[in-house]
Amino acid sequence: MKYVIYPVALALLAAVPFVASDYALGLLIGMVTYVTLASAWAMFSGPTHYVSLATVAFYGAGAYVVAMLNEVMAYPMILLITAGVGATMALVVGLSTLRLAGVYFVIFSFGLAELIRQLITWYEINIYGTLGRYIFVDITARGIYWQMLGLAAITIGLTAYINRSRLGLALRVIGDDEVVAAHSGIPLARMKLMAFVLSATILTLAGAIASPRWVYVEPAIVFNPTVSFLTVIMALFGGANRLWGPALGAIPLFLAFEYLSAHFPDVYPIFLGALFIGVVFLFPNGVLAGIEGLRRGKKEETA
Amino acid sequence: MFVTILILGLVLGGTYALLALGLTLQYGIARIMNLAYGELTLAAAFILVALMQGFGISPLLTVALIGPVGYVVGSLLYTVMMKPLVARSSGGKLDVDSILATFGLLFLIQGALLMVFGPNFTSISYLDKGVTIFGVTVALNRLIALGICVVVGGALVIALATTRWGLALRAVAQTPTSAPLVGLDVNKVARQGFALGTALAATAGATVAMYQTFSASGGVVFTMKALVIVIMGGVGNVGGALAAGLLLGLVETFVATAIDPGLTLAATFAIFLLVLLFRPQGLFGKA
Amino acid sequence: MVNLFKHAKACTTAFAVAAASFMTAGHATAADDTITIGYAVALTGPNATGAGISTVPNYRLWVDQVNGEGGIEMPDGSRKMIEVVEYDDRSSNEDLVRAIERLASQDKVDLILPPWGTGANLAIAPLMARFGYPQLAVTAVTDKAPEFAARWDRSFWMLGGGHDYATGLVDVLAQARDAGTINNKIAAVSVADGFGIDLIKGARPAFEEAGFELVYDESYPLGTSDFAAIMSEAQASGADSFVAFSYPPGSFGMTKTAQAMGFNPKVFYISVGGAFPIYPGIADGKADGVMAIGGVDGTSDSVKAYFDAHTTFVGNPPDSWASAVTFASLEMLEQAIGRVGLDHGDLAADLSSGTFDTVIGQVKLEDNQLRDLWTVGQWQNGAFVGVGPADKAGAAAPVIPKPEW
Repeated sequence: MKYVIYPVALALLAAVPFVASDYALGLLIGMVTYVTLASAWAMFSGPTHYVSLATVAFYGAGAYVVAMLNEVMAYPMILLITAGVGATMALVVGLSTLRLAGVYFVIFSFGLAELIRQLITWYEINIYGTLGRYIFVDITARGIYWQMLGLAAITIGLTAYINRSRLGLALRVIGDDEVVAAHSGIPLARMKLMAFVLSATILTLAGAIASPRWVYVEPAIVFNPTVSFLTVIMALFGGANRLWGPALGAIPLFLAFEYLSAHFPDVYPIFLGALFIGVVFLFPNGVLAGIEGLRRGKKEETA
Repeated sequence: MFVTILILGLVLGGTYALLALGLTLQYGIARIMNLAYGELTLAAAFILVALMQGFGISPLLTVALIGPVGYVVGSLLYTVMMKPLVARSSGGKLDVDSILATFGLLFLIQGALLMVFGPNFTSISYLDKGVTIFGVTVALNRLIALGICVVVGGALVIALATTRWGLALRAVAQTPTSAPLVGLDVNKVARQGFALGTALAATAGATVAMYQTFSASGGVVFTMKALVIVIMGGVGNVGGALAAGLLLGLVETFVATAIDPGLTLAATFAIFLLVLLFRPQGLFGKA
Repeated sequence: MVNLFKHAKACTTAFAVAAASFMTAGHATAADDTITIGYAVALTGPNATGAGISTVPNYRLWVDQVNGEGGIEMPDGSRKMIEVVEYDDRSSNEDLVRAIERLASQDKVDLILPPWGTGANLAIAPLMARFGYPQLAVTAVTDKAPEFAARWDRSFWMLGGGHDYATGLVDVLAQARDAGTINNKIAAVSVADGFGIDLIKGARPAFEEAGFELVYDESYPLGTSDFAAIMSEAQASGADSFVAFSYPPGSFGMTKTAQAMGFNPKVFYISVGGAFPIYPGIADGKADGVMAIGGVDGTSDSVKAYFDAHTTFVGNPPDSWASAVTFASLEMLEQAIGRVGLDHGDLAADLSSGTFDTVIGQVKLEDNQLRDLWTVGQWQNGAFVGVGPADKAGAAAPVIPKPEW
């Protein structure tokens, strides 16, 4: 049954731009982007409980690759290179951070985004000679939407596949208890690294696909830490351990932020803050799990 | 040249170390990785400016009095927000929960500051006089920051090492699980540690307001700087934070003077990441 | 938008329904006796500091003034009140782009005012062009303005490029050097960001051409808070002129550091922030003689009236660089509407070729750019006045050397 539903749903979503206004399309792009980011983030951080604040390091790097290459190369080629850059970065970072856990990993990932931003700034000024690049690619908003939709579908499909594979099982065991995982013969390092590289490659590609909408990029614009924060809260809100959790967290939050920025611009940070605290206290495992828990509770009561 | 780097670096490092003392207490003793730390310092900075401009209260008086206020605020924060988290989770889960919760707090305080004080840059002129030490001129307000840092930091180091209260704090910091076995009220000690950390954050923020330009959205810079120093010095290690702060000031001044001012922040983060990777227990911690 | 929200609220349970409502719910078009003007600027996030001083207060002041007079005058002599649609772009260009799409295709506003910042204005330029709105980009300093004006023919660039300000400064310094007041050494620092780099790149060849020697030339990262090391290097360099292409935190920090260490160059030049109304307070009342980017005509009555109105409405005076130009751009829009109405093509044509009476004097754009700009200003007797270009009407004579702190 679901082999029919999913392709049909995807086709319907892909057809939306033909009837949507520009703003609706813009909303869809934003929404699908965050669905992709949150799902890709959860691919690694969900099962392992390693909270990464490095999302924007990869997302921004993807945008920067496009900015650097858009005048010398065809677009599909750039996407390939972007994927390579993302995977390589993730491999280097992953290899060097395998020993870190808990709060150290969180802090490291946050510092990483800042370090990359500083290094690119320094490189641009001293080697390239100017700061700020232009992206003039012939890609319409529709094109961006279709690419991002495709990437989102791949991300969720890949997550579903991983969940059923040995890798998914291994990651969940690692997330529960690394010592147990190591004793049961799971190659910890290789499994974590694999998931991290996959997730980071998708994040990097997402940045590359989204970048033509910015026209002008500068490290301060591209490496906006808010992207990392929003990704985390969306994934956790929906439930990072579930296939559709991140997506279901991303969509309502994205719409809520959009509404707030139009109607209550001044309280947006306060709302975001309250939401974070609320999620931590009320839905430690995500809204999906929370709802299920409620249902189960009711059933038990009636039984 | 060498003397210049040394003195400018130490003064800068003093201001950095002062920023980090509170955070190292909060994480070391209360086990709360407080990402809203920078916003707490900013709030104190805004209060100092508001009191000075609105009521003509001397900044030095505010610096002296804001510590106790910070203690009360920190104590409340811990009781209302952190204690339930500590009660329900342990170990790695607490780390993640506290990061997320204080993250929310970060935005909450930031939003409140934006509403009350507006988005603009704030800066005051107070004690910007020069003082010459070994032929190098430094600003009096920064020297005061270094002084506060050395006095407060030194007092803390001594108190932690010699008093009964310090012993309790260290015990909870090292083995929170077995501290109750020797009759320690872990919850109370943790609350004290968190509150004391908030008091120090407030003091540091008020001091910073005397010499630095700040705005409501800039708190994360303070948090980051403090985090770097806390990790370098070893979590919960007050002496280590002092030393690491001074060291970082020296490194930044050295890079700015001898290599390229464009690389100061990159150098900071590079050192930070290297320490995290190779000595996560801190430069001065035991392996 | 209100109906939109009700729509969405009614069906929060199903995303598909909610999304559909976002797509189909049209904005109720405004009544005929009003003009809707929309803008998206940074009200929160790192750009809020800039937008909060140069952009937002001027937009609000202008709307208040125009509506106070009964609205904008149309070509037929009738008046239309302005209705404002304001969004926060949260300092993110993604949100900004979406907000512009919303203003254009959802709210269908009559006019869109530009956001704050070079990157932000560039990000929306292709969209504005596609929807046909004229874009009066003020707070965008870019040397590529001529290219952009050609690429998007309804875009207008009102604040020049880094090259203009750099050469303007060099001219003022060269005159002082030729008069024997300062030596030919320059110590320059620049913030590592598009703006700082544009300026220093323009300044290097200009200084060289004018026979100056750059004895200290370094950039520092955005977010630097301590300038003691940089300033002591600059002091030791033997230069009579200290030039900083800086943002407000840097401009303020360097001023305080220079005062503390008794660094008294004969020329002390800073960039953004130097023309802010809070600057004299930061300089401890010793701002006189400090040079900075921008300026206003110190002899002009219209500027005085504008400063008074701004102070009354906002609570503080405007900055003396981008604020007056921002306000002038709004006056241009108002006068163009009075001449040709609301058709975007007609408006763009009139903005491009017309002459306007504004707070900064008579304005006529050249190739869609405002070229008649103050490049260098100086604090003199407690006011920040334009000193360069020296031949511009109302230019004050620069005071060099600057009195000691």
